[in-house]
Amino acid sequence: MSELLQFLLSGVTVGAVYALVALGFTIIYNASDVVNFAQGEFVMLGGMITAVAYTAGAPLPLAALAAVVVTAALGVAMNKLAIEPARGAPVVSLVIITIGVSIFIRGAAQLVFDKQIHSFPAFSGDDPIRILGATILPQSLWVIGGAVAVFIGLWLFFTRTLLGRAVLATSNNRLAAQLVGINTPFVMTLSFALSAGIGALAGVLVTPITLTSYDVGLAFALKGFAAAMLGGMGNPKGALVGGFLLGVLEGLTAGYISSQYKDAAAFIVILGVLFFLPQGLFGRKSTHRV
Amino acid sequence: MKTFLITTALVALALPAMAEIKIGASLSSTGPAAFLGDPELKTLEMLVEDVNAKGGINGEQITLIAYDDNGDPNKARTFATRLVEDDEVVAIIGGTTTGTTMSILAVAEDAEIPFISLAGAIDIINPVKPFTFKTPHTDRMACQKIFEDMQKAGITKIGMISGTDGFGASMQAQCKEVAPDYAVEIIADETYDPKDADMTAQLTKIKGTEGVQAILNPGFGQGPSIVTRNVKQLAIDLPFYQSHGVASDGFIELAGADAAEGVRLPGTALLVAGLLAADDPQKPVVDAYKTMFEAKTGTPVGTFGGYAHDAFLIMSDAITRAGSAESAAIRDAIEATSGLAGTTGIYTFTAEDHLGLDLSAFRMLEIKDGKWTLVQ
Repeated sequence: MSELLQFLLSGVTVGAVYALVALGFTIIYNASDVVNFAQGEFVMLGGMITAVAYTAGAPLPLAALAAVVVTAALGVAMNKLAIEPARGAPVVSLVIITIGVSIFIRGAAQLVFDKQIHSFPAFSGDDPIRILGATILPQSLWVIGGAVAVFIGLWLFFTRTLLGRAVLATSNNRLAAQLVGINTPFVMTLSFALSAGIGALAGVLVTPITLTSYDVGLAFALKGFAAAMLGGMGNPKGALVGGFLLGVLEGLTAGYISSQYKDAAAFIVILGVLFFLPQGLFGRKSTHRV
Repeated sequence: MKTFLITTALVALALPAMAEIKIGASLSSTGPAAFLGDPELKTLEMLVEDVNAKGGINGEQITLIAYDDNGDPNKARTFATRLVEDDEVVAIIGGTTTGTTMSILAVAEDAEIPFISLAGAIDIINPVKPFTFKTPHTDRMACQKIFEDMQKAGITKIGMISGTDGFGASMQAQCKEVAPDYAVEIIADETYDPKDADMTAQLTKIKGTEGVQAILNPGFGQGPSIVTRNVKQLAIDLPFYQSHGVASDGFIELAGADAAEGVRLPGTALLVAGLLAADDPQKPVVDAYKTMFEAKTGTPVGTFGGYAHDAFLIMSDAITRAGSAESAAIRDAIEATSGLAGTTGIYTFTAEDHLGLDLSAFRMLEIKDGKWTLVQ
């Protein structure tokens, strides 16, 4: 029994990381239908900037805040310098641009920071919390809490605020959104800033568990993307559920089948789900009026 | 081309004292293996500068021609060919990873140029190739050293948790091969992806396996640090062995001194420079390298930079003894190297052994109070 619980807690720890990364994908996707593959680099930047600032002597909360703000600014820069100039291009081209940006950020991070692995202390210590014979680290609770808080924030933003609806409207039909008076360039800038900020926050929360180095972004982006696809791209609820589901699947496979097939099993389930529900578990059905 | 040849000939005639020895290097100073290749490159550059400042080897200055192969075997092959054909080097140091080494090896053997690799796999020198040597011990030796220590402690049944990266997978396979020689049985065999965030599921499985007496974790990068933290999190009270892949101060820092307490691993003398006995044959060379590297770069020395140090040491020793910078003469001199103390161990090459180290090159280390200590 305590074994099962430990496998579940391991899965939840990993799943919370995936969920937090997956949530970052939703905003840019909602605003522009673009899957931003540089999202993983935002997570890396959040962790690296915090680690470097903390090592340089800044108090942890200040270092974390600086990381989120700087990364959000970089997100805006990415939109202004790479995405906006290609505004007329099809979505696929924009997605390829984001891949290019991610390679660029990784290269730059290697030069600006270094090639070593970094970390900083967990927020509430390293003493594991015992639950019925299984254990979980306090930092995992921070990550889970962070994922849930970001989820609630996004959900409120998209359903309760005018700005959030403006983002959705822009994604639906940019021209129509402009015609009803939505400042679409501002919406895009805002969505990149928010996505980058959420990515950086994810980096700040997960680094004490996963550690960070300049090249961790790709792995985060792939697993976060898989989680977002599983749950339904663009839906915060989907990102949250998809992330936790993916993590728990991995944990249970590693525990009961074999750790060799952990990733394979998770991806087979994702393929299976997408085969029957191409939009993911909670994705929007896309209908076209003919 | 003609003018170039004439100019070179003139220069050569005019400046006989300015002869130079060209040594080539292809290292992974960026890319996934950058944390190995970067200190290796810095070490080579520093040593070449130092030797030249002291008058060079046999009165000739050394020119280092170094390329960054990004950890990509295809690039390594291109650079090795360029080193041989365009730069006309007399010897090559490099191959940060086993993959890049294998590419360079083919080129060097074809061109009959001595090549000293900095990568771990046993396949590089087994079977012996005439022009290829290497400085790091093999992962098989690390397994043997660990099992030797387990045998002393009466441990016969262990659980393994290995990274699925090249290093982890190769060492996992080697350990499984040599385990029976030490009467060690591997009764749980788990793996993790090097980028995984949590290994408690695998460790819980090992913990739940009946009769496990110790845990061994072959891997490098952040994986072993996370495994070490997870072992502490699950309060697994078993002897815990890491590999030489994490033999650096960074490991203690990342895993946390608390979690790393009691971890044992085979490491090189370089890591415990301060603890070596005064009459230890490796002490002078270890101290000299540590002092020079740390003063120059401001970063602590690591095992991997040490591999590059030893490769250059073997190379310059061989050129000195050969009294010539001809590739064939250097090769013969390298093979005749005997009792040369490097940071990794004491090298004695023979026609049958192009690794030149034995198990004594490894020291069994234990982490106590956040510091490395020697296990007697």
